Amino acid sequence: MATQHSRSAARLMNTPAIFLLLVWMLVPLCMTIYFSFLDYRPLRGVYEWADGFENYARFLSSGSFTDSVVTTLIMVGGILAITVIGGVLLAMLLDQPIWGQGIVRILVIAPFFVMPTVSALVWKNMFMNPVNGLFAYLWKFFGGTPVDWLSQAPIFSIIWIVSWQWLPFATLILLTAIQSLDSEQMEAAEMDGAGFFSRFGYITLPHLARAITVVVLIQTIFLLSIFAEIFVTTNGAFGTRTLTYLVYQRVLESQNIGLGSAGGIVAVILANIVAIFLMRIVGKNLDN
Amino acid sequence: MLSKKMLGATTAIMLVAATGAHAESLTIATVNNGDMIRMQGLTDDFTEKTGHTVEWVTLEENVLRQRVTTDISTKGGQFDITTIGMYETPIWGKNGWLVALDDLSADYDVDDILPAMRGGLSVDGTLYAAPFYGESSMIMYRTDLMEKAGLEMPDAPTWEFVADAARKMTDKDNEIYGICLRGKAGWGENMAFLTATANAFGARWFDEEWNAQFDSDAWKKTLNFYIDLMNEAGPPGAANNGFNENLALFQQGKCGMWIDATVAASFVTNPNDSTVADKVGFALAPDTGLGKRGNWLWAWALAIPAGTQKEAAAKEFIEWATSKDYLELVAEKEGWANVPPGSRTSLYENPEYQKVPFAKMTLESINSADPTNPTVDPVPYVGVQFAAIPEFAGIATQVGQEFSAALAGQQSADEALAKAQALTNDEMEAAGYK
Amino acid sequence: MARAVSNRRQIVTTIVAWTIGLLIFFPILWTILTSFKTEAEAIADPPSLLFFNWTLENYEVVQERSNYGKFLWNSIILAVGSTVIGLLIAIPSAWSMAFQPGKRTKDIMMWMLSTKMMPAVGVLFPIYILARNSGLFDTHILLIAVLMLMNLPIIIWMLYTYFKEIPVDILEAARMDGASLKSEILYVLTPMALPGIASTMLLNIILAWNEAFWTLNLTTINAAPLTAFIASYSSPEGLFYAKLSAASTMAIAPILIMGWFSQKQLVRGLTFGAVK
Repeated sequence: MATQHSRSAARLMNTPAIFLLLVWMLVPLCMTIYFSFLDYRPLRGVYEWADGFENYARFLSSGSFTDSVVTTLIMVGGILAITVIGGVLLAMLLDQPIWGQGIVRILVIAPFFVMPTVSALVWKNMFMNPVNGLFAYLWKFFGGTPVDWLSQAPIFSIIWIVSWQWLPFATLILLTAIQSLDSEQMEAAEMDGAGFFSRFGYITLPHLARAITVVVLIQTIFLLSIFAEIFVTTNGAFGTRTLTYLVYQRVLESQNIGLGSAGGIVAVILANIVAIFLMRIVGKNLDN
Repeated sequence: MLSKKMLGATTAIMLVAATGAHAESLTIATVNNGDMIRMQGLTDDFTEKTGHTVEWVTLEENVLRQRVTTDISTKGGQFDITTIGMYETPIWGKNGWLVALDDLSADYDVDDILPAMRGGLSVDGTLYAAPFYGESSMIMYRTDLMEKAGLEMPDAPTWEFVADAARKMTDKDNEIYGICLRGKAGWGENMAFLTATANAFGARWFDEEWNAQFDSDAWKKTLNFYIDLMNEAGPPGAANNGFNENLALFQQGKCGMWIDATVAASFVTNPNDSTVADKVGFALAPDTGLGKRGNWLWAWALAIPAGTQKEAAAKEFIEWATSKDYLELVAEKEGWANVPPGSRTSLYENPEYQKVPFAKMTLESINSADPTNPTVDPVPYVGVQFAAIPEFAGIATQVGQEFSAALAGQQSADEALAKAQALTNDEMEAAGYK
Repeated sequence: MARAVSNRRQIVTTIVAWTIGLLIFFPILWTILTSFKTEAEAIADPPSLLFFNWTLENYEVVQERSNYGKFLWNSIILAVGSTVIGLLIAIPSAWSMAFQPGKRTKDIMMWMLSTKMMPAVGVLFPIYILARNSGLFDTHILLIAVLMLMNLPIIIWMLYTYFKEIPVDILEAARMDGASLKSEILYVLTPMALPGIASTMLLNIILAWNEAFWTLNLTTINAAPLTAFIASYSSPEGLFYAKLSAASTMAIAPILIMGWFSQKQLVRGLTFGAVK
């Protein structure tokens, strides 16, 4: 049982982090809330109180808002699906005995080190460009017509690029989890004549549940705010405008700070709803 | 090399001592366009002459806009000089965000700046940004392909001719596309081209009461014409092509014609970068016989944000970078064809420069653009390929995304126009125009 | 018999694993190769993988145009600085929550993570104004603080899950022996937590190195890292694949090399409590 003394010492040790995060959260948040009730358009020299919740009403009622929420969900969901499924498969593969395992692992984790801007630029120009991109050459080589990825399959293209960046992260966490799997249990199941799929379904997957929730949680936090990949590739065109990107357009392209700030607050609220939902699940999984 | 630098530094110090001014370090934000990168390379000349040093913040155009706009609207004061265009200058100047350039030295000869450029960079007759280079738009075409198609490009073609020629030049099996036009969404990308082209088709953004006009027949005609033409004679992926992408395509010899900024002429005729350097002809941007040509007017200009501590030094830099001497300096090092074009009358009077193949057409294009009277029907705004109101960039980028999606085949031209109409009216209403 | 089967199986898995590994790595490899081509060869049809005239001209052009060393140095300062300070704040915090959990510990953890939910663009103006008013614009201090705060929740979470795995009995034993709180942390906890701390540190360096919104918007010259460097090459006029590749290679090489050398440490602790 912890003593009173160590308990207060613990509280003291936690204080700097809590205090700093509180400041980091509250100061910009309060300013943004304040701005969201203003008609603040610097290019016009307008800086006055807005009409009540006018900015919120405008942001929420515009068609681009619902579109952007849907886009965000598709994008985040797509990336999560690819990275989790791909991560599980890849982790299982890397768990097998293979020659040169170290090098393969190095190859697989490399994309995680590439900054988002660079990866978006490289994929956009050197692979997905329909005239000079490598995919175009491949398609032509096999007698196909080059696909203009970024306009014909825009959301998929961005999902692809971001998944490439995050697949290593998922793979690494899942790999550590798989390695902790009790091999005796596996062998016993194999002895009992359990096929690959039933072993996977009854032993591996339940064992990985916890790791998968962690991957989903951490990635969601990062994926909800993806920006550079969209900015570089489509600039928000072709229905790739996520909520974050819509806020960017309001704040910076339209220079309507009031409206954009309202959008920012809406985004925070929605993100936190998703977060609470996720954390409930994770919390449960992590406790047991 | 080292000794030359030392010498430069010594002269600089002596100069400073002589003039009593003190050496400043200027922070300049600029675009990563070829002419600016060249300017960056020539900064030593400025330092030698004035003693001031320069720190460059060179960014891609979209990032630059994001940075400098945030900085100026929050009065961040991060830059002593920023590179801005003809759209921002009047708006920012009017807001009192820029230092007036009304006391430039006599040597600078401000009256030598092309009237169209000076007009576009001034507010009520006061210059707020000095043009580093100016541009209009024109047709750049492949003389060999034109000949092969059995056609001859007139100096002032119609859209009908251009469309016909584009279809005839197209040879998709050999990756030759008759016409390359901007399709990438953005107010400074596809909307610059489409707004200017719409002018030639008799369309306009707003009527005199600020009502959006995307439901007009003229816009319908413009957009359908453009999309049909690009589908038949344009390169694949056109909906993602902006200026830079098209330039690369043209330099690779994949475009028959390209209608874009006049400044591109020096890039496509430069044998170091272009595979078709000796086969390029020039013509005015096309019209449809309604009295307006679809050629825009733009300048990349240097301006000083109000509130900088280094105003005097910043002015010295602007005088250096946009001077006649600078043009000669570039000519001396890189040849006349690579001089930043479109800023000064004297350049076009220079017999050396007149030998440059695109000089005449550039000047004619610039002179024929009329920002104060851009459309067939009257409009309440100034600007050829934009409307110089603060809301335009935001609205036009969204409209551009609709048009880009229409070009990519995700929606019909009519759908795109209906959406553009609705969102423009909505934004204009919210902004208090109606 | 069984041995032969498993051998054959190993050959197959090896081939599959290598193929997938190479495919995943290929975009990076292709970028590096392209950086040694001329602009014309970079878009040549058909593209050549290895047999072209290797040239360093792109690196020369990039080096001539921008002061790579300065950008690199700033990247290192920001990544390392924010990580070290972040760890100094996060270790005590994670320790206290792991070993002295209160009723609200879990809520606090969740709240910390939720501070990462604010879209950066939404708070650009407030932060920009604060940076301007404090006079900290374009300074290392500001960027280190911002990057540190951005990643602090992740660091704390990661350390927390790692500390949780340390058996409490050992600490109890140390306490019985009369170890003070200080020596408990210094001599008992730290050595056991070191792999987790190392892994956290590496992950944080990667995240800070690759952060491209604040580092671009809150810097001009003095503190501008490689993310700003790459923004000046992203879409210039004319052919640019080779130069873009060179600039990209220069921007990712340091972190890639660091990552490769330390991948064992990184992998070992990268569990986020996923393993129990």
